[in-house]
Amino acid sequence: MSGNGTGIGASVKRKEDTRFLTGRGRYTDDVNLPGQLYGYILRSGMAHAKIGTVHTDAAKAAPGVHAVFTGKDMEGVGGIPTGWLIHSKDGSPMVEPGHPAMAIGKVRYVGDCVAIVVAETAEQAKAASNLIDVEREELPAVASIEAAEADGAPLVFDEAPGNVCYDWEVGDKAATDAAFENADHVVSIDVVNNRLIPNAIEPRAAIANYDPATGEYTLYTTSQNPHLVRLLLGAFVLGLPEHKLRIVAPDVGGGFGSKIPHYAEEAILTWTAGQLGRPVKWTCERIDAFKSDTHGRDHISTAKLALDADGKFLGLHVSTKANLGAYLSTFATCVPTYLYGILFAGPYTTPAVYCEVKSFFTNTVPVDALRGAGRPEATYLLERLVDKAAHELGLDRVAIRRQNFVREFPYQTPVALQYDMGDYDATLDLALDASDWAGFEGRRAESAARGKLRGIGISTFIEACGIAPSAVVGSLGARAGLYESGSVRVHPTGSVSVFTGTHSHGQGHETTFAQIVSDMLGVDFDAVDVVHGDSAKIPFGMGTYGSRSLAVGGTAIYLAVEKVIEKGKKIAAHLLEASVEDIEFENGSFTVAGTDRSTTLGEVALTAYVPHNYPEGLEPGLEETAFYDPLNFTFPAGTHVAEVEVDPDTGEVELVAVTGADDVGRVINPMIVAGQLHGGLAHGIGQALMEECVYQDDGQLETGSYMNYTMPRAADLPSFNINHNTTLCTHNPLGVKGVGEVGSIGVPPAVINAVIDALRPLGVHDMTMPATSQRVWQAIQQAQG
Amino acid sequence: MDEAVAALRGGGAKLIAGGQSLLPVMKLNLAAPSDLVSLAGVPGLADIADGGDSVTVGAMCTHAQVAGSTIVQTRIPALAAMADGIGDAQVRNAGTIGGSVAHNDPAADYPAACVALGATIVTDRREIHSDDFFQGMFMTPLEDDEVITAVRFPVASRAAYAKFANPASKYAVAGVMVAQRGDTVRVAVTGASGDGVFRVAAMEEALEACFCGESVAGIAVSSDGMLSDTAAGAEYRAHLVTVMAKRAAEACE
Ligand SMILES: Cc1cc2nc3c(=O)[nH]c(=O)nc-3n(C[C@H](O)[C@H](O)[C@H](O)COP(=O)(O)OP(=O)(O)OC[C@H]3O[C@@H](n4cnc5c(N)ncnc54)[C@H](O)[C@@H]3O)c2cc1C
Repeated sequence: MSGNGTGIGASVKRKEDTRFLTGRGRYTDDVNLPGQLYGYILRSGMAHAKIGTVHTDAAKAAPGVHAVFTGKDMEGVGGIPTGWLIHSKDGSPMVEPGHPAMAIGKVRYVGDCVAIVVAETAEQAKAASNLIDVEREELPAVASIEAAEADGAPLVFDEAPGNVCYDWEVGDKAATDAAFENADHVVSIDVVNNRLIPNAIEPRAAIANYDPATGEYTLYTTSQNPHLVRLLLGAFVLGLPEHKLRIVAPDVGGGFGSKIPHYAEEAILTWTAGQLGRPVKWTCERIDAFKSDTHGRDHISTAKLALDADGKFLGLHVSTKANLGAYLSTFATCVPTYLYGILFAGPYTTPAVYCEVKSFFTNTVPVDALRGAGRPEATYLLERLVDKAAHELGLDRVAIRRQNFVREFPYQTPVALQYDMGDYDATLDLALDASDWAGFEGRRAESAARGKLRGIGISTFIEACGIAPSAVVGSLGARAGLYESGSVRVHPTGSVSVFTGTHSHGQGHETTFAQIVSDMLGVDFDAVDVVHGDSAKIPFGMGTYGSRSLAVGGTAIYLAVEKVIEKGKKIAAHLLEASVEDIEFENGSFTVAGTDRSTTLGEVALTAYVPHNYPEGLEPGLEETAFYDPLNFTFPAGTHVAEVEVDPDTGEVELVAVTGADDVGRVINPMIVAGQLHGGLAHGIGQALMEECVYQDDGQLETGSYMNYTMPRAADLPSFNINHNTTLCTHNPLGVKGVGEVGSIGVPPAVINAVIDALRPLGVHDMTMPATSQRVWQAIQQAQG
Repeated sequence: MDEAVAALRGGGAKLIAGGQSLLPVMKLNLAAPSDLVSLAGVPGLADIADGGDSVTVGAMCTHAQVAGSTIVQTRIPALAAMADGIGDAQVRNAGTIGGSVAHNDPAADYPAACVALGATIVTDRREIHSDDFFQGMFMTPLEDDEVITAVRFPVASRAAYAKFANPASKYAVAGVMVAQRGDTVRVAVTGASGDGVFRVAAMEEALEACFCGESVAGIAVSSDGMLSDTAAGAEYRAHLVTVMAKRAAEACE
């Protein structure tokens, strides 16, 4: 690895920014096809209702309208599938009700698709939708976990008694119970993990086309994983063979998990285009995005920690209830289980851990992955509990963490994971130093002099990213593999196209992956372009989520480059009349070891495509594909420190400092890594202080717009103090771990621990996210009686 | 102006100024005017004039214009500061004083400024004192075809506005303008009540007796009739009114 100005480790400016910053990005809504019509999706305004006839005649007669379709019209078409089968404690499979693309018989949440109106213009389609008359009989709704589990609660699905989807567990219950019996101290906590609405800046959109001449369907869609959509839509919903279904996810303006699932609208659009033989386009309005993009989080948990007299953790017991929403979205079922329960060792040596999770159907938007997906929920609970333990035992918050750190690797946790490598002391020390933890009391006094309450909070955490290997996740219920693909095509004159199965929607893959390839092949950074997002161009890949793209997708590309080099050596050996074993490759040159005889990659590439003087039996061309199925997850880790100032008169929390010390493995592009950390931190701070999705008891979405759903803005955030300590991942060749979700996983408990630290002098010892000014003020009122 | 008024007469037409309140309402299908009559081409509606003991702000002046006006900044700095705290930069560059006053949103800032300063709303046909103008949530005495042309603010001897903003929308959860002219103090509250802007007599008396933040710090307003939403319940709102009144008074000191 040359480490030159554009190589691995360099803060190369992003290739993609030229088009993004000059308005030349091409998003799904920018795609226009000749003869296209516009679809408007009529959504349910009721959370739970029986629906009878949907009268569409008036809408069909409205100006510009070509067609109106309802659930009844699509009745023979397959339902929207879910991607992970969870088994309950008793071995029974989860309840998996059907999910028709458009409601049949019943609507189950405000936002459920009822009909599509197709017209000449988007405005005509929307106007005509007002003329649709849906016969409906409102049913009582369950809009929260509490309502869903209440005695005699209305059922979202008749086949799911108690509205339970599954009752799952992980860990050794007997060993954990025993740990509590032998404990000197038991500390317990109740926490709520607030429901969030993802709010990618680009709303979802799709445009579908059917070509009767070839029988091929094409769907442009805002997806993080076009092949996954093709697999689910083709094989499960519409019954189309892969070679007749092309999925293109062009530039995508943010996903955060909400663009992983295969959505009903994608099926409706594609099917409708087939019915009409014309392209149909749909762009979600923001107001509909609030009630149809999958939501995130929404847990209620109770947990207890067993400790010995010195503060050593002996056992952890977690009971969680999770809200899955009205239907099972693609990865809904694994988020609160295999992306959650197995995180509970954290960075600690707790020998016995047990976690049980009961998941419920409710009359709310389906819940699925959202930046961090399961891991923020686990980290929040654990780091709140550790802080509480320190307080109750009178121990120092930092010391209790340090005392329990894992220090020997590989480390087998009691909840399935095996950490390959890390150095938790190093990131802790770095964070304490960088945040001037030791000088905090001085700052607290200075704030107090101004009538403000200052607090500092910490969280030490691990993540599990790049979920794998496929065989293991398959045995746990995954219905897809979790490998990744990469192809490297060296063109005849030496420029390179890289094809990846991952998808970039803000992460900068076009730059990072090009850095790796240009560094490894010794070609100009500008001579490498990365292609992603089009199932007709790229090899089958699983897409982007779970901070997997570099660790899994980047490794696939790395392996493909190695294959290119191996083949190149054979060609070079022939050209240099040497034996393959003697050929070395460095900085773009093949050299006969110990001599000055060499040839360039460019010459080798040209020879590969103009094979006049060529090794016998070797295939022409210089293009290789690799599929990489990792041996293990990767385990980024770190420490986050937050410092807040609370105004006791109003309850306002000002976040005055955030310090991160992270181990994300090898950093390919420090600027992009910083950007990912900043975005993740903003997301995590949003959850901790501002964002909260609220449903009314009748299932109406109360926080359905930016009028009352608070997103973090630049002015709400301090300048982030970001630091790195790197240990390399041991099981991928680049030593990379992942960074996209770090902030949203690590920072929320640090922020809330800081708020509690600020309020402790007033007698406040608990705080629920988001710590809005009203909540903080109320807590102060209550504590002061 | 005559053309605008004629266009408004006898139909479903509506005036549009900055569109920052009207367009959201139309997008939600809560209003569907047959025609939109823009005031953008009517001359003279975007001027700010210094009248000695008053400042007259044209109806089409944007919030940004009011915030940046040297006249307003020097004569009634509290008004400039209030305008500078409306919504966000886009809203301030498009939204107008006329539109805000005509809309009379219970969470808007201008109603508090108008009532505290004792402003007069000038229309194409009459002058209406603020005390008679803001008649409760979204209610004003304006006729369907009546056009606000300006708002005239008497210059106060001292005034300040303190606002607790909704963290999402940035509208007022509790906004309090305190203003003194001669011996008279007015305390006007917006954002908090379901009936729109209101005055707090007890605070006015306390400040007239002794003008300082501490005078109002202990004066609670009732939470009855207060708005309640996800950002702030009625009790919290009532509490914030007192805190904001104290801060506004302190800012005047
Ligand atoms: C995101 C956001 C945040 C906001 N935050 C705040 C805030 O913090 N504080 C605040 O006070 N406001 C806030 N607003 C509202 C904003 O100030 C609006 O600009 C204002 O309320 C209306 O002014 P407008 O010029 O946009 O009026 P329009 O939307 O064009 O019109 C509003 C109404 O007034 C009528 N109208 C307009 N001009 C006249 C006139 N000259 N005579 C008679 N009737 C007229 C129209 O017919 C319409 O009924 C916010 C708005 C948005 C979108």
